[in-house]
Parts: sequence; structure tokens; C-alpha cells
Amino acid sequence: MAFCVLISKLDTQLSERLQVPYLNNIYGFILCTLSCFLLTGCAASPANTARTSWPKEFQTDPILLLNRVTWGANTNEMHQLVDRGVENYLDSQLHPDPVITLPNTVHAQISGMQISQKNMVQLAVESEQKRKAADAIASDDEKKAAQQAYQQYLNQLAKETATRSLLRDLYSPQQLVEQMTWFWMNHFSVHQSKSNLRVLLADYEDQIRAHSLGSFRDLLTVTAHHPAMLRYLDNEQNAKGHINENYARELMELHTLGVAGGYSQADVQELARILTGLGVNLSDQKPAVKKEWQDQYWRQGLFEFNPNHHDYGNKTFLGKSIHGRGIAEVDEVLDLLAFHPATAHFVSRKLAVYFVGDSPSDALVDHMAKTFLASGGQISEVLRTLFMSSEFRASLGTKFKDPIHYVVSSVRLAYDDKTILNAGPMINWLNRMGEQLYGRQTPDGYPLIQVSWASSGQMTTRFEIAKAIGSGNAGLFRTDNPEATERAAFPQLANALYYQSWQSTLGAETKAALDQAVSQQEWNIFLLASPEFMKR
Amino acid sequence: MNRRQVLRVLAALPFMTCSGQLLALPSVNSNKFLLVFLRGGYDAANLLIPVSSSFYYESRPNIAIAKPGLDAHSALPLDSDWGLHPALRESIYPLFQNQQAAFIPFAGTDDLSRSHFETQDSIELGQAINSSRNFQSGFLNRLASVLHGSNAISFTDQLPVIFRGETQIPNMALRQLDKPGLNPRQTKIITAMYQNSDLSKPVVEGFDVRDEVLKEMTAHMDTASRNAITSKGFELEARRIATMMKEKYSIGFVDVGGWDTHVGEGGGVGYLASRFDELGRGLIAFKEEMGTRWQDTAMVVVSEFGRTFRENGNRGTDHGHGSVYWVLGGKIKGGRILGEQVSVNQANLFQSRDYPVLNDYRAILGGLLGGLYGLSTAQITSVFSGVKAADVGLV
Repeated sequence: MAFCVLISKLDTQLSERLQVPYLNNIYGFILCTLSCFLLTGCAASPANTARTSWPKEFQTDPILLLNRVTWGANTNEMHQLVDRGVENYLDSQLHPDPVITLPNTVHAQISGMQISQKNMVQLAVESEQKRKAADAIASDDEKKAAQQAYQQYLNQLAKETATRSLLRDLYSPQQLVEQMTWFWMNHFSVHQSKSNLRVLLADYEDQIRAHSLGSFRDLLTVTAHHPAMLRYLDNEQNAKGHINENYARELMELHTLGVAGGYSQADVQELARILTGLGVNLSDQKPAVKKEWQDQYWRQGLFEFNPNHHDYGNKTFLGKSIHGRGIAEVDEVLDLLAFHPATAHFVSRKLAVYFVGDSPSDALVDHMAKTFLASGGQISEVLRTLFMSSEFRASLGTKFKDPIHYVVSSVRLAYDDKTILNAGPMINWLNRMGEQLYGRQTPDGYPLIQVSWASSGQMTTRFEIAKAIGSGNAGLFRTDNPEATERAAFPQLANALYYQSWQSTLGAETKAALDQAVSQQEWNIFLLASPEFMKR
Repeated sequence: MNRRQVLRVLAALPFMTCSGQLLALPSVNSNKFLLVFLRGGYDAANLLIPVSSSFYYESRPNIAIAKPGLDAHSALPLDSDWGLHPALRESIYPLFQNQQAAFIPFAGTDDLSRSHFETQDSIELGQAINSSRNFQSGFLNRLASVLHGSNAISFTDQLPVIFRGETQIPNMALRQLDKPGLNPRQTKIITAMYQNSDLSKPVVEGFDVRDEVLKEMTAHMDTASRNAITSKGFELEARRIATMMKEKYSIGFVDVGGWDTHVGEGGGVGYLASRFDELGRGLIAFKEEMGTRWQDTAMVVVSEFGRTFRENGNRGTDHGHGSVYWVLGGKIKGGRILGEQVSVNQANLFQSRDYPVLNDYRAILGGLLGGLYGLSTAQITSVFSGVKAADVGLV
């Protein structure tokens, strides 16, 4: 029923729009395409299989809903929503097809990357060989050159990973998965410049992505056993008699309980003891493990549990006795941490800050935390609770975009399903605005609130980006390949989607600015620079 | 107040603490402070050379700087124990002789990670390590908050850790200046779009800062072709920084990379010498450009750590511990080597490989900033909690 209401509303808006003179051509085309979508949507639409019925209000402002649930609304995404109906659309976002289906042009770009052709172990072995070969060179100049080449190789791998991530954000139909992948990569943040982390990023992101809407416990397992995290927070150096507390502290403060989660310095020290022996091994050699612990040695990919480094004594952690027995202790404490009420609250609040606003109500967070605990930390269930709340609906359109949301939503709107050929400009913009992918210097991840981003320099930079995108001079279609001469025209943002949906969400000041535009390019710039477009 | 509470308060009060760069109240006094961060861990033992130490010459057979007086590439004499790298002959050496430059050897942090990133973070956060730290609070931001009304700015592409915090600090890299893409008409239209928005203030400020920088730079190019045309690299950047700090800003930060000299760093000439040369010329260009305001200025050059005292197998040096800080300015009682010191020999090395840290960076900077701005003990404590400011007689 709701679905049909939506169709008739869009149809009315479409008919009204036909009166606008200079957009008739585009408009006719989109109307035709959209109608086809709508028809097939109606014909093929199965009975409503949603587990809970979604609030009716979602149908009134689908563009605001898309701006929050996805990396940014555009015509293609609106078709998806109209095609499936709001309820099925949201369900499919929360429980997506496990296989990622990207448009062919995007898939081709990604499958050509080194990070797609080799797995993490192969990349690590290869990069170690390069590093050692460079170190072995006697001549200073040649050694410097070889070391630079090694660094460039690592940089290239990181750039590929960032590009892949941005392409997924732009074109993946699993938009919520991609948003949650960024969220968890930020929650379990690592910095790419440390050591050889650039080799490990692609795998780290893929593993986190696989669990981004799954169970929080699985995310803890992945991160606690991944060389990127063990290296970034120094746990590979944490050994009996040489305790390094770094990972133990952040695992509680930043990943699970939160700083006010009720743990003590003694808990940090005990957790560090429990985590001894979890490390990274890039070589093909197995360390000489003491005889009595041989069967405890565990190696998987680059991850290694080395019993020689583990403290086998008993521990007391969060008031509970932990029997010292090897890596099984780690599973035991990850369970304790994953299903702890403080964790449920800490993670729920952070999700609410990401998806609702800078200060979500305690009631909402409590409700989400309850779902978290009842569902065994199922993130899709926690998000369902969040999306169902009236607070979520009331907040649509008010959350200030952090730089990555600004950049991705701009390009999504500007080029829709037309595949960009060069993500370099996007990567540069993120660097300029201080939210580089895998570039947070401290382990806390980027802040998610407006005061952290709405600085004067930030706004000026965004306007320059709006200008670059709006005028079609951003370089997103410029490649190194001289054969590829394709040049995208400037975007046409004054389109059916705008008149159907955007327009009604804009204030009088923004409409007045758009009226003063002297060209389509300038009109684009003003829309992308508008206060409404700074929010999602 | 813990981090979460701070965030909550901040979230509830957007823009409460904008320091209002151009619109700020007059500062406590008009003194200027610039922090220059050498990222990469510069080789301090080849900047301030322990010329009286035979151990130095034994430890660095290929890269040691010769004792003063041998040739043009020998150390410049500072006192009986110390000499200065010859690449600074025309820039910093005269400043030292005029008592406007001082050096603090054996300076640094208690962070022993020897990791660039971790140690840089430690210094920029300026908080005790080995306890829960607030990653949202850098010490220059806390200084700006203590000196409410003081205009602070970061001359970097991104806001560095040192400026994270509750006071909003603008940043603008001056290395390379691009003409703004938006013309005045578009700027006006965009500003008007925001007139009733909660983002109006940063939008107006952002355009103002942009226009000010361009105005200053254009005026500078017109009147000062003597230097601007020939300046490049850090020297040009430093001139631009001075142009901004002279008029508008009183606390500044800039970083300079390229100091991680594991391989072939050179001695009196070579890679590191040319880095010192460029840095020295930049710092002296900053002084020139500041004009009379140099008298009110203190400038500190720091790095995350020193390097191994002995050269490695590649005629370079690896990550070490204690460093040497430079303190420059018309406000400084210079011409001296300051702080706690020990003689440079094998027995006094830290972990038998590095300079020890005898002068904690927080104590040193707390003492300097306290003197420069007349801060109370409580104010210094809110910038660097848990340390006693060390007055080594800098101001």
C-alpha cells in the first residue's frame, strides 16, 4: 500500500515538473526510464516480506532517507528505492546479498589492482623481499633509490585500497554495508604510515566489511587477530616480561567498554598479560617453540600465536578469574568485552552519533543497547532499532557531513552511475580536509560531530570542491592512459531528481542563490555549496 | 571531566568556543610564539656538535663535523664544549652571537617507542603517557584556550594533533598558494545562502581568512620584490608565515619534513647540511619579515626524538631518544646552551645508544610559555598538567 502511495506522489511531481521549460528533454527521458522502473517494480514486487513494518513517514521524504542511509542520494538510488518500495529497500540494505555486485566498469577497475590479484600474504612476502633487497645494497645512492621505490610501492597499495573503498562507496548497491565499513574502519582505526601497514590495509578492510552488519563479537575476533591491528597497536611486541599495554588499553577504551566503562589500570595490565603472544610473522619460518607448548602454536596467514611470549599465569580481569591456558584466554575475554553492557552502550551511542545526530537521547541509546544485548551484538538488529525510532526520522537532514560524506555524496549526485576513472582528486580532497582514509594519526578514529569539522578552513575548502565538481573540472575522468580521451561533461544537477525531491527540502536563501546562477555549472556549484547539502 | 563528557558538552554547544580568529578580543600581551616541528627525528648530534668529546669523533667516523677552525666545513664555535653545524654560518650563528638564539641539548620526551608517529603524537598531545589520554586535546589548543583571545593558526594543510581541542583553530598551508576558484560574486552569493544558517560564522570567517592571506601576499609581492621573487621552499613559506603572524596571529605552528636520515646523511656538506641550510635561511627570513615584531617573538624548533649517537652501517643514523631544541627570537636571552647537561661519553648514553633526556619538553615549554605570556601556575598546569615548569632562563 505504502508503495503505491509513493508512486502516485512521484507521478504527480513528475507531471508538475513537465511544465518547466528548459529541462523538458532530460525530464522526458527520466520520466520514461522511471516509469519503466515503476512498472517493473509493481509487476515484480513480491508480497511484503519485511519482518517489521517500517514507519509510514519514510515515504514522505525519500530523498532525506536516502541521504542518511546511503552515501548520498542520486537518481539511480532513488530508482532502487522506488523499485523495491521503502520497506523492502531498507530490509535489503540491512540484510544484503552476501556477494558484492558492482557495475562492470567498476569491477574492471578494481580487479585490475594489485590488491585484487594478490592476497595479503603474497603482498607481504613480496614487499619484504623488496625491503630486504633495498637494505642489502651497498652504495648509498642506489640504496636510497631502492628504499624510495619500496615506499612508492607501499603507497601505491594504500592508494589502490583507498580507491577501491571510494568506488564501492560510489557505486555499490550495498550502500549501508559500505557506510558501516567506513564506520568500523574508523572504530578499529589503524594508521597506514606505520611500518608496512599499507600492505595489510586491503585485507583488513575486506575482513571488516564482511562483518560490518553482522555480529560485533566477530568484528572483535577479526581485529584482534589481524596483523594490521596487532602491528598498529604494538601487540606484536607484547610479551611476557616485556609488557606493552597499548592494544590492551585501546581495546577497552576505544573498541569496547569506552573510557567510562568501569575498568581500572589493573584491568589494563591484566588484559595486556592475556594478550601476550598474539603477533605477526612475515617470514616463512616457525619460531622454536618450547616442547610442552608445541601444540599451542598457531599460525594463520600472517597472524601468529607464539606460546613462548605468552604469560601462562592466572589473571583477574574485570573481577573475573581467568585461568592461564593460552590463546583460549583471548576468546574468553573477547566474549566478556563483546557482550558487556558498557560495550553495548558505547557502541550504540557511537552508531547513534553516526546515524542520528551529535547528541542522541539516552532513551534511544538505551533502546539500542537493549537490542544489542538481546541479539548477541547483531549490528543489523541494532540499526533496525535505530531506523525505527522517531528520533531517527526527526533527525533526517540535520546531521553535518564529515569530509568523506561531503566528498562522496557530491560525486554520487554529480555523476550518478557513470563510473569515474580517477579517484585521485577525491583522495586529495579528503587529505586537504583532514579525513584521509586510513590516515587518522591517533587510534581514536575521526570524530563524528559537527564541531570537529565545521571550521572556517573546512568550509572554504568545500566551496572550492563544489566549484571543481560543479564545473566539471575536477579531474575525475582524467587518467594516465593517453588513449583514454573520455571527458565527462559537467554534471546536470538541475534534473528531475532535483525538481521532484531536492527542491522541497531547500530554504528560501538557497533557492534565491540558485536563481542567480548564470549557467548550469554555476547552478551546480551553488547547490553543492548550499547549507542543506552540508548536511545529511 | 573525561573525554566523553567533554564531547557531550561540545556537542551541545556548537561554536561556543570559536576563538573568532579575525574578530578576537585583544590578547593577554602582544607576544608571538611560533613552533616549528621537524618531522622525522633530526640528527641533533650533528646540529649542536659536542666538539670536546673524543667519543663523538670515534662514534661517527664518516659523518662527524670537524672541530672548529679546520676549514669552511668545520663546526662553528659556540663555547668550549659545543659547536654549531657550518650550514648555519650565515643564518643562526649570527643570531646566537647576538644572544637571540639558544640551544637546549638532552631535551625530549619519556616516550620510548622510537616510533615517529607515536612520539610525535605524544609531544603534540602534551599529556602524560602510560595513562588514559584525551586524543582530542593538543597542547597548543590548550594554550590558545588559556590565552582566550589570542589568535592561533596552523600553517599546515590539515589541523595537526597539537591544535586539536575545544578552541577552533584555522589552518592554511602557505607552501603553495592557489588563486581562489570562486570569484567575488560567487563568494557573495554563497555567503548570503548561509545568512540564516548555523554555519554562517565559519563561512564568513573562512572567506575573510582567505581574502586576508591573498591581500597580504599580494601587497607583499608588490613592495618586497627584493626577496619574494628569489625565495623558494621553506624560505618562501617562512616569509609568508611572518607576514601573517606580524599582523594577525600570535600563536603559530608549522612542520618541516625530511629529517629521517637513515642513509648517507653527510657531514659538513651533504644531505643533512642542505636541510639545515634551507631551514636556517627560512628562520632568518622569518626574522627579517617580522621586522620590529621580532622583538616580541619566541620561536622553538623541536623534533620527535634524536638519533642514535653512533653512525650506522649506511653512514646514517637510526631512531634515538634525546634531541636538541632550538629557541630563537628577540624575546629570548640567548647566546647560551641551556638546561641540564652531562658530558658526552659512552657511559652517559641512554641504553648505551642515544642521548638521554634530561630536559622534559613539557617542563621546558611550560617555563618558556609561562614567561612569554605571564601565565600563572594554574594556567601552565592546564596546558601541561602534572609537570613542574622549568625556568631555564629563556625569557
